Amino acid sequence: MIQTDDSVGAEDPRLVRILAADGTVTPSAAAEPYLALIEGLGDAELEQFYRDMVVIRAFDRQATNLQRQGQLALWPPSLGQEAAQVGSARAARPQDHLFPSYREHVVCTIRGVDPIDIIRVMRGLSHGGWDPTDPKNGNTHIYTLVLGSQTLHATGFAMGLAFDGRSGGGDPERDEAVIVYYGDGASSQGDVHEAMVFAASYQTPEVFFLQNNHWAISVPVSTQARAPLFRRGEGYGMPSVQVDGNDVLASYAVSRVALDEARAGLGPRAIEAITYRMGAHTTSDDPTKYRTSAEEESWARRDPIARMRAFLEGRGASAAFFAEVDAAAQAVADDTRERTNALGSVPASLMFDHVYTEPHPLIDEQKAWLAAYEASFEEEAR
Amino acid sequence: MTDLVTTPPETTPAVVETLPFSRALNAGLRRAMAEDDHVVLMGEDIGRLGGVFRVTEGLQAEFGERRVLDSPLAESGLVGTAIGLAMAGFRPVVEIQFDGFVFPAFDQITTQLAKLTNRHEGALSMPVVIRIPYGGHIGAVEHHQESPEAYFAHTPGLRVVSPSTPNDAYWMIQDAITSADPVIFLEPKAKYWQKGEVDTSARALPLHASRLVRRGTDVTLVGHGAMVTTLLQAAALAEQEGTSCEVVDLRSLSPVDYGPILDSVRRTGRMVYVQEAQGFASLGSEVAATVMERAFYALEAPVLRVSGFDTPFPPAKLEGVYLPDPDRILEAVDRALAY
Repeated sequence: MIQTDDSVGAEDPRLVRILAADGTVTPSAAAEPYLALIEGLGDAELEQFYRDMVVIRAFDRQATNLQRQGQLALWPPSLGQEAAQVGSARAARPQDHLFPSYREHVVCTIRGVDPIDIIRVMRGLSHGGWDPTDPKNGNTHIYTLVLGSQTLHATGFAMGLAFDGRSGGGDPERDEAVIVYYGDGASSQGDVHEAMVFAASYQTPEVFFLQNNHWAISVPVSTQARAPLFRRGEGYGMPSVQVDGNDVLASYAVSRVALDEARAGLGPRAIEAITYRMGAHTTSDDPTKYRTSAEEESWARRDPIARMRAFLEGRGASAAFFAEVDAAAQAVADDTRERTNALGSVPASLMFDHVYTEPHPLIDEQKAWLAAYEASFEEEAR
Repeated sequence: MTDLVTTPPETTPAVVETLPFSRALNAGLRRAMAEDDHVVLMGEDIGRLGGVFRVTEGLQAEFGERRVLDSPLAESGLVGTAIGLAMAGFRPVVEIQFDGFVFPAFDQITTQLAKLTNRHEGALSMPVVIRIPYGGHIGAVEHHQESPEAYFAHTPGLRVVSPSTPNDAYWMIQDAITSADPVIFLEPKAKYWQKGEVDTSARALPLHASRLVRRGTDVTLVGHGAMVTTLLQAAALAEQEGTSCEVVDLRSLSPVDYGPILDSVRRTGRMVYVQEAQGFASLGSEVAATVMERAFYALEAPVLRVSGFDTPFPPAKLEGVYLPDPDRILEAVDRALAY
């Protein structure tokens, strides 16, 4: 029996937090350098953070329901991780490049990805869902289902930005940076470690954003690490911070600073956002087999949305604002259901069309054979 | 002498140099780098040292450290970052130091590199070349003499090629680099020091063509990489015994160009595939099965295979027993003729 170590996944004395769980501004000592940045945010930006969290949680819940009703093969809920994702995605500038894992529905939606494209992946209509080179998708790369693989792709991409002089030019409005998402489970993968080695060697304009949601399916983070995960970044020579990932303001602030430092040519940064996967790993999972309801309830009391709502209420946000956000969330949920039900099928030829970019005789032959084979049934039916 | 079939360039006057295989590769890489400033070389010890086989010698001095990267010692990291560089508009050429060291990168090659164009439904190409010195004949320690081609040929999304001559080395590396698809580029390390004529004025064949390299009438011998030389040696010996062997160099392991092979088998009626790799589920298995499907009535004998044994590559003192040699090939030729 592996002894668990409660210090992993718990708060480090260096944790950056601005909002306490009750929504009061109670900055930790490590948050001091970030306060001016947060004070500079206006009502519109703060309300946008809240709106993002509420609307995309409604989408996520609807997707979970759709899976339960047999409309999707699988759904990995983002429930509970909204603040870490909103904070980091809103911190990214338009020219930045985001490499998600597969639970970053909030990140993708904020960057412009149509959530129905995520649905298409989980419904079995597409492996990728969207085109990261299409400007409407905000440089958001597609999901990677093999844990940690995307950290290397992000690092290579960031090497390319540096080699081409697309970062480090001294202009934060033009210089590009990369942010890559992964989790506490993926943090054990060799690819993540190799990515950090390469990032440090080539001083990439890149932020490693770890969402420590405490559970890799059924295995607690204490099995992945015996020291706080953000310290791993330090081991590779990267300035690294731990942030309360259920505090959207702190998540925004640390991400904004890290991305701007990275884009300025100061090298890669690492962030560990302490959060909690309030739902199942995916709809195929049953968390009651490995964690207690007491634990889940303790994290429900730290809900990122309730915290931000209390903060906004304290600042005088109106009841009408909250009602309007709730209505927008319901509209997105309804729209998701409608458009999911309207999704058609895909032609069998799709599987042959993009195996290679250039023509390939074996693929062409098999595509033609299948078409003829299927046509033969149509002829028989006549 | 053997009747070598050559394809002289028709329009451009030939500019022929005699180069060892490794220098021909070096010249091909240099030309590709000069023609496209987003071609970058990545690998362990490839910069200052020029690679353990010196294939990249001098290129870092010529093109700089941003074009020829002495990378950290991590194969998955190499291929994974090459993928990211390709996404950012580069054409990375990754050197894996030895065949047996490619497997830490196997996941990134087969699960990511090979599938990313498909996963992106064509929105993204993956112009990445993975160079792998492969095969035996150099008396090296374990993990340094393997032939892993079947793993890659079995993977949709990859192209797999293996030049057997300096001229092919020079042209095929350039064609692999300009390909929009990922190419596993297998360099038969036994050939690195073999000299041959390189015509730098024009390519003789496209990347994915197989080539008839010796005409014959009785048996078709097919193979790839270093085995092509062994096939020619076997054919020369067979001729002394009155058997005329035709030899086809596969060159492209995926896709396979069956035209010259089927054409030859339809004339000879007999075929032997020869490879260093283990025979079970191998290139030879695939080519044999396809030839039997497509040329069944032309065959006078079953297609036979001569392969490495289905064991791990043995300690070097046994490599001469493990690797197919002219005698084992002739034994198979005799069996084919006995039907």
